[in-house]
Amino acid sequence: MIPELGQIFLVAALASALFQFLGGISPLLNKIENIETFIDRVTTFQTISLVICFALLTTSFLQDDFSVLYVASNSNTALPIGYKFAAVWGGHEGSLLLWVLILSLWTLLLSKDKALKSSPDLRIQSLSILGLISLGFLIFILYTSNPFERLFPIPLQGRGLNPLLQDPALVIHPPTLYAGYVGLAVPFSLAVSSLLTVNNHQWAKHARSWTILSWMFLTGGIALGSWWAYYELGWGGWWFWDPVENASLMPWFIATALMHSLIVTEKRELFNGFSTLLAITAFSLSLLGTFLVRSGVLISVHSFASDPQRGLFILVLLAFFSGSALMIYSVKQKKNKQEKLHPLSRESLLLLNNVFLCASAGLVLIGTIYPLILEMLDLGKISVGPPYFNFVILFPFIPLLISIGVAVFSNWSHDSKNLIKKVSPIILGAIVLSLLFPLIYGWASLLTLVGVLLALWTILTGVSPLIKNQFSINKSMTYMPMMLGHIGLGLMILGITVTSSYGITFDDSMGIEQSSTVGDYEFRLTEIGKRNGPNYLAQYATIEISKDGEYIETVYPEKRVYDSSTMGMTEAGIEANLFRDLFIAIGEDIGGGSWSMHLQYKPLLRLIWYGPIVMMMGGLIRVFLSKRTIGSSQ
Amino acid sequence: MLPRHKRFIGILATLIGVAVAVSLILASFQDNLLYYVTPSEAIENIEDDQSKFRVGGLVEVGSFKRSEGSLKSRFILTDGFESIEVNYTGILPDLFREGQGIIVTGSFNKMKVFIASEVLAKHDENYMPPDIHPMNESSS
Repeated sequence: MIPELGQIFLVAALASALFQFLGGISPLLNKIENIETFIDRVTTFQTISLVICFALLTTSFLQDDFSVLYVASNSNTALPIGYKFAAVWGGHEGSLLLWVLILSLWTLLLSKDKALKSSPDLRIQSLSILGLISLGFLIFILYTSNPFERLFPIPLQGRGLNPLLQDPALVIHPPTLYAGYVGLAVPFSLAVSSLLTVNNHQWAKHARSWTILSWMFLTGGIALGSWWAYYELGWGGWWFWDPVENASLMPWFIATALMHSLIVTEKRELFNGFSTLLAITAFSLSLLGTFLVRSGVLISVHSFASDPQRGLFILVLLAFFSGSALMIYSVKQKKNKQEKLHPLSRESLLLLNNVFLCASAGLVLIGTIYPLILEMLDLGKISVGPPYFNFVILFPFIPLLISIGVAVFSNWSHDSKNLIKKVSPIILGAIVLSLLFPLIYGWASLLTLVGVLLALWTILTGVSPLIKNQFSINKSMTYMPMMLGHIGLGLMILGITVTSSYGITFDDSMGIEQSSTVGDYEFRLTEIGKRNGPNYLAQYATIEISKDGEYIETVYPEKRVYDSSTMGMTEAGIEANLFRDLFIAIGEDIGGGSWSMHLQYKPLLRLIWYGPIVMMMGGLIRVFLSKRTIGSSQ
Repeated sequence: MLPRHKRFIGILATLIGVAVAVSLILASFQDNLLYYVTPSEAIENIEDDQSKFRVGGLVEVGSFKRSEGSLKSRFILTDGFESIEVNYTGILPDLFREGQGIIVTGSFNKMKVFIASEVLAKHDENYMPPDIHPMNESSS
C-alpha cells in the first residue's frame, strides 16, 4: 500500500511541477487573476508531495518492505536503524528522489524570498524555470528510475547497503553535495529568467545569497567526501582526481567565480553577460556531474552500478537545459555597459581571477571527459592520471593566488594608488614566515616554497582588514565574509602543499611485537584479534604509537567483512592533531605470522578540511548575519 | 612609444604566454595519458614501448602466489584469450580476489612480466572491467 501511495504522490508532484512551469509561460494561465498566488500554491504543493514521497520511501526502509525492489537492493534486516535512513539515498533511485526533493525545497525557499517579491516578473519566470527542471527530473524518475517499483516474488532478505556507505560521514555527504549541486539551479533560473523578462543586472542582487548558500553546501560536500575518502576508502589519500570528484570540483570553481562576478554586477553594473554565462555554466556542470556519477560512463574508482539508458536521459536533459539557456542568452543578451576598465581596479582583478577559475574548471573538464570522447569515437581507452591534474592546475592557480591578495587592496572603479606601498609589508611578512617552513620540515623544492609563500600571502592579505581596523571585530565585520573565505583558502593551500611535500607513505610487513618507523614515529603491533560488529566481523590490530620512546596513543585499525557481502572493508587507525596525522591500515595476512600494513605521516593534513570549514563560515556570515551590518557598504 | 605599439607588444606578450602555457599543458597531457587495454592487446604490443599503461582483466583462479611474510605477490591476469603474468609489491585492495575483475597500472619488464605499480579493484561486487562482459556471460 505504502509504495502505491508514494507512486501517487510522485505523480502529484509531477503534475504540480507542470503547472508551476506553465504558470510562467502559458498565456492561458496568465489570465488567471492572481498568477503569483497560483504559482506559490503549486510550488508548495509540489514540495509537500515530494516530502511525503520521501517519507513513504523511508517508511518502506524502516519496515524492511522487501517487496519494494529498491529497498530489497539497498537494505536488509540486519542494517542498523541509522543506516536504514541513509540507505534511502544509498542507491540510484533514492538519490534522484533526494535530488528533486532538494530542488523543490530550494524552489520553495526562493518563493519565500521577500526581496524578490519586488520584481514579480523575474520571480514568476524563475519559479517557472525551476518547475521545468523539476518536471524533467520527475519524468526521468518515473520513466527510468522509480524507487517504488515492486519486486515479485518477494525476497525474504534484502541485499544490504553497500558497506562503503555505512559510515556517518557518508550519511550526510550526498545530501550536502546535492544541496550544493541543485542549489545552483537557483542562480541559473534567475539568470535565464532575467534574460526573458527585465533583461538587466537586477537579478545579480537576488542571485548572490543563493549562490553563496549553494557554494557553501558544495564546499562542505566536497570536503566531507575528501575526508571520508581519506579514512574509509582505503589508503589515506585525500584527493584522487577521480572523475566523480572532478565532477564536483568543476561546478565549485565556477560557483566561486560566479559569487565574485555577481558582486561586480550588483555594485558596478558590469559583467552582466559574464555573470549570466557563469550562472548557466555552473548549473550545466552540476548536471554534467549528475550525468557522470549516475551513468557510470567513466573508468572510475567510485563505481556505481549503471544503466546506459539513464545516462542518455540525463544527457538529453543537460543538452536541453544548457542548450536552450545558451540560445536565449545569444538572442537576448544586450551589450555590456561600455566602460573603460582600469587594470588595477577591483573589478578588473576580480574579472582576472574569475578567468583563472574558469581556466581551472576547463583544464579539469578536459582531463575528465577527454577519455570519454576518445572512447566514444572508438579511438581506444585511456585514462588521464593525477600527474596531469597536479601539474596543469598550477598554471591558473599560481597567478590566481597572487592576484587574490592584490585584489583585497584594490579600489573599485579606478587604479589603486600606492598599491605597492600597501602590499609590501605583507609580502615581507609572508616571505619571512614561509622561510620558517624549510627550517621546521627541511628543504623540499622550490615549488613547495612557492606554495607556502602563496598560502601565507593569501592568509595575511585576508587578515589585513582586521589589522587595519586595530583588531576590532565590529569594524571589520563588513569584510568578515571575504576575510574568512580567503583565510580558509590559504589554510587549505598550506595544508595541501605541506602534506604533499613532507608527507611520508609506505607499506611494510609487520609481525606481533614488531615495529615500523615512519619519520620520527614508531608504530608497534602488539596484538591481532577478532571482534563482532552489528552486521560485520572485524579483524583488528592493536598498534601503539610512540615518538622517541615516548608513548603517544594506541589505535585499532580494522578489516571488516560485512555479512551481506564478501567484500572486505578497511577501517584505518588514525591519530591526529592540528599539526600532523598518523595513519595505519591493515593490508592482509601475508603468511609467516606477518601482516602487510600501510603507514603514513602527514603534516598539516587537517588544514585541508579545516580550510573549507573556515570558508563556509565566511559564507554563513554573509548570508545570515551580515544583512544588517553589511548592507550596501561593502 | 606610441599607444599602438604598446598595445601590439601587449597582445604579442599575451599570445606568447598563452602559447607556452597551452604547449606545456598539451605536453603534460601526452605524458600522463594511460592507455587502457585488455591482456590480448597488451601482448600484441609487448615490444612497443616502456611507458606505463593500464590492463584490465580477471585474476586467473589458482594463479595467485605470495612469498611468505613479504609484500611481493604475483598472479595471472586474463581476458579469456590471452594471459599476462603480473608482479606487484605492496598491499592489494580489499576487493582483490581470484576470479575478480581488476585493473593494473605498470609496464612489462625484459622477461615480459608486467610490473604493476598500482592495482585497482572496483568498489562494487558486480563490477567488471570494460570489454570482458561478453566472455564472462558466455562462461557462466
